[in-house]
Amino acid sequence: MIDTVKLIALGLIALIAALAANWGHDISYQVHALIIMAIAAVMFIVQLRRFGSAQPAVDSTGYMDDVIRAGVIATGFWGVVGFLAGVFIAFQLAFPALNFDWGQPFTNFGRLRPLHTSAVIFAFGGNALIMSSFYIVQRTCGARLWGGNLAWFVFWGYQLFIVLAATGYLLGGTQSKEYAEPEWYIDIWLTLVWVAFLAVYLGTIFKRQEKHIYVANWFLLSFIITVAMLHLVNNISIPVSIWGSKSVQVFSGVQDAMVQWWYGHNAVGFFLTAGFLGMMYYFVPKQAGRPVFSYKLSIIHFWALIFLYIWAGPHHLHYTALPDWASTLGMVFSVILWMPSWGGMINGLMTLQGAWDKLRTDPIIRMMVISLAFYGMSTFEGPMMSIRAVNSLSHYTDWTIGHVHSGALGWNGMITFAALYFLTPKLWGKKEMYSMSAINWHFWLATLGIVLYASSMWVTGIMEGLMWREVDAQGFLVNSFADTVSAKFPMYVVRGLGGVLFLAGAIVMVWNMYMTIRGGAPVRVATPSPSQQQAA
Amino acid sequence: MSDNLNKDEVTGVDTTGHVWDGIRELNNPLPRWWLWCFYLTVAWGVVYTIAYPAWPLINGATSGFLGYSTRANVAADIEAVDAQNAEVAAQLAAADLSTLSADDPAYHYGVAGGAAVFRANCSQCHGSGAAGAVGYPNLLDNDWLWGGSLEAIEATVRHGVRNDTDDDARYSEMPAFGEILERDEITALAEYVLALSNQEHDAALAATATELFVDNCSSCHGEEAEGMYDLGAPRLSDAITLYGNSRDAVIETITNARFGVMPAWGPRLDEAEIKAVTLYVHQLGGGE
Repeated sequence: MIDTVKLIALGLIALIAALAANWGHDISYQVHALIIMAIAAVMFIVQLRRFGSAQPAVDSTGYMDDVIRAGVIATGFWGVVGFLAGVFIAFQLAFPALNFDWGQPFTNFGRLRPLHTSAVIFAFGGNALIMSSFYIVQRTCGARLWGGNLAWFVFWGYQLFIVLAATGYLLGGTQSKEYAEPEWYIDIWLTLVWVAFLAVYLGTIFKRQEKHIYVANWFLLSFIITVAMLHLVNNISIPVSIWGSKSVQVFSGVQDAMVQWWYGHNAVGFFLTAGFLGMMYYFVPKQAGRPVFSYKLSIIHFWALIFLYIWAGPHHLHYTALPDWASTLGMVFSVILWMPSWGGMINGLMTLQGAWDKLRTDPIIRMMVISLAFYGMSTFEGPMMSIRAVNSLSHYTDWTIGHVHSGALGWNGMITFAALYFLTPKLWGKKEMYSMSAINWHFWLATLGIVLYASSMWVTGIMEGLMWREVDAQGFLVNSFADTVSAKFPMYVVRGLGGVLFLAGAIVMVWNMYMTIRGGAPVRVATPSPSQQQAA
Repeated sequence: MSDNLNKDEVTGVDTTGHVWDGIRELNNPLPRWWLWCFYLTVAWGVVYTIAYPAWPLINGATSGFLGYSTRANVAADIEAVDAQNAEVAAQLAAADLSTLSADDPAYHYGVAGGAAVFRANCSQCHGSGAAGAVGYPNLLDNDWLWGGSLEAIEATVRHGVRNDTDDDARYSEMPAFGEILERDEITALAEYVLALSNQEHDAALAATATELFVDNCSSCHGEEAEGMYDLGAPRLSDAITLYGNSRDAVIETITNARFGVMPAWGPRLDEAEIKAVTLYVHQLGGGE
């Protein structure tokens, strides 16, 4: 019965997608319809061949780690793709000929830039968050993932979202909202995937064997719920036609800008901060073999962070049409956010109390420490840049780009690499990674890359900010815009080289992961029995 | 035993007694410096939101006791600069540029201000150093299309070239000779044009085009190929060309003609700014 329903559903999806490809108004929509049609058709055929035959029994005891293994591989893959796109567009800015006249409009910086940001934030970061949250929630609840194959739907559904988003950017399908570029039908799909993610996560927490919920799960749950809310509100739009990708935003003018940056800043706050803090709270104590430094601090900084972050968005809109009062509130909440952000850094670093010697011997611990150091630096730099007077210099300059990257490469990148180095040997039954010295190489390549990136962007950012505002005694502008662009050239090359180093480190990591996985085999881990749980 | 369970051996600090997958938590208090910094930022935040516009009300928002407003600040800055320059700007706007002495403060003001106007409005096409680019004239030399006197430059700035927004825009249209002449005639004519400016050319072929030039080109470009300001017809007797002086570029120009457009700046700049940018361009090196 259920097989028949599946067959009919898949057949209908393939048929509707074929109609959509035929009637589609624009190339982005048509290509997406073809992709969906192909996927549905293949699944239909697979389903048909299996029709009526007895299914092998699925072992649903023990932790559900297959989906996490897939997530580990996907994270490594999308990381390299995203970093490569970043390096390429960095060199496009230094050498505009790399926009390639023959490749227009597809190879234009304007289309590749969202491809880079989405690939690193949502594909690399998102896969890292989904797979590590599945791992963490099972281990800290002592329970198998709830919902059976729903976790697989989350994984593959999310990959489909990434492919639709990325191809859409190249083909011109975008609603022009930064970090929320995908058009309406991709937004709807992501909503379905995200609700399934929340269900799997919550379901697992509900059937936990532990009385208390571990702090990592608070952060991860706040990430899942808030991202759902942000995504829904910022993407309220009306499609021009159901047969086309174009849609019209419901908000307009400064309201739209405010909603966009409420979304944009909290994507940083809840996706890149709260979510990754959840990862940090599990992997750092596990790798260090030490207790978390302070339970009280984790409670206070969690609630302070959650409460304060949501108000900080208007600092992206200083000196715009946004009213002064909203701008002030955004700035004040950003500054008050400084200490709650640092609470996570303190708790992470102080967890190493009694294990500092491991810094010398364990390159994974070293990655975690540098990650927390960059986290601390960028969560200080952020509140500082939100101050109106500082912002009047830094806004629209490369300083912002440098700030984002010291957070993204330093904090998000390094903690994710550490998590991958932690998980890969465990999931494939090895004692440790294939090459520990390769981890060291990765550490230094990535760290040097970030230093080159951040320092070159400080130089260009502050320089162009000063050049833009430079006036002579009579109040006349001293520099033309093109003067500021050409002055940045040398630093743009340095930034590109920093990116090359960071990418090289990631390639070393993927090689190391490949060698580790090749020498191992997937491990089945039983969930602890209630009695074991008591004894622990 | 139960004591040991809740104490971390390394630091001697109590744990909370919770264990998740082997992870325990110490029961350390909040670091004092952290807590006081947090209180400090909160206190600062409260004071700041009283001092500056911050809390939304039903109609509008609190305005803060400092009376801060970004709009008012910008307006005040602009007003201060305008007030400082009011006198000299008025002199410039009323001045007759052709008789304005280079010692006059209005002249200096005009050149400095014109440079700023140029950087903001003109440099996108003419380059930030005014050296131009293919299709956009170099303004540093004395090779002019529509004249390089103060009066001519001012008219070009004010009305633009071949745009459809200003009735007084400078206008002319070179015919596309691809529809008039044969292909080999155009090839010969191109050699003739290259010869005019003493560039590498096929002398024999060029000689065959003397009559073609007189019949088709000289009415605008002049008998001596010296060009004509009234029609914006470029001088062909020098090697300075707007669209490149390669053989291919010359053939392309003769075959399809060119139609360079410049916007009218009259509606976008004020009187003093137009005069200022005119003075600036005129003194770059080629002013007549």
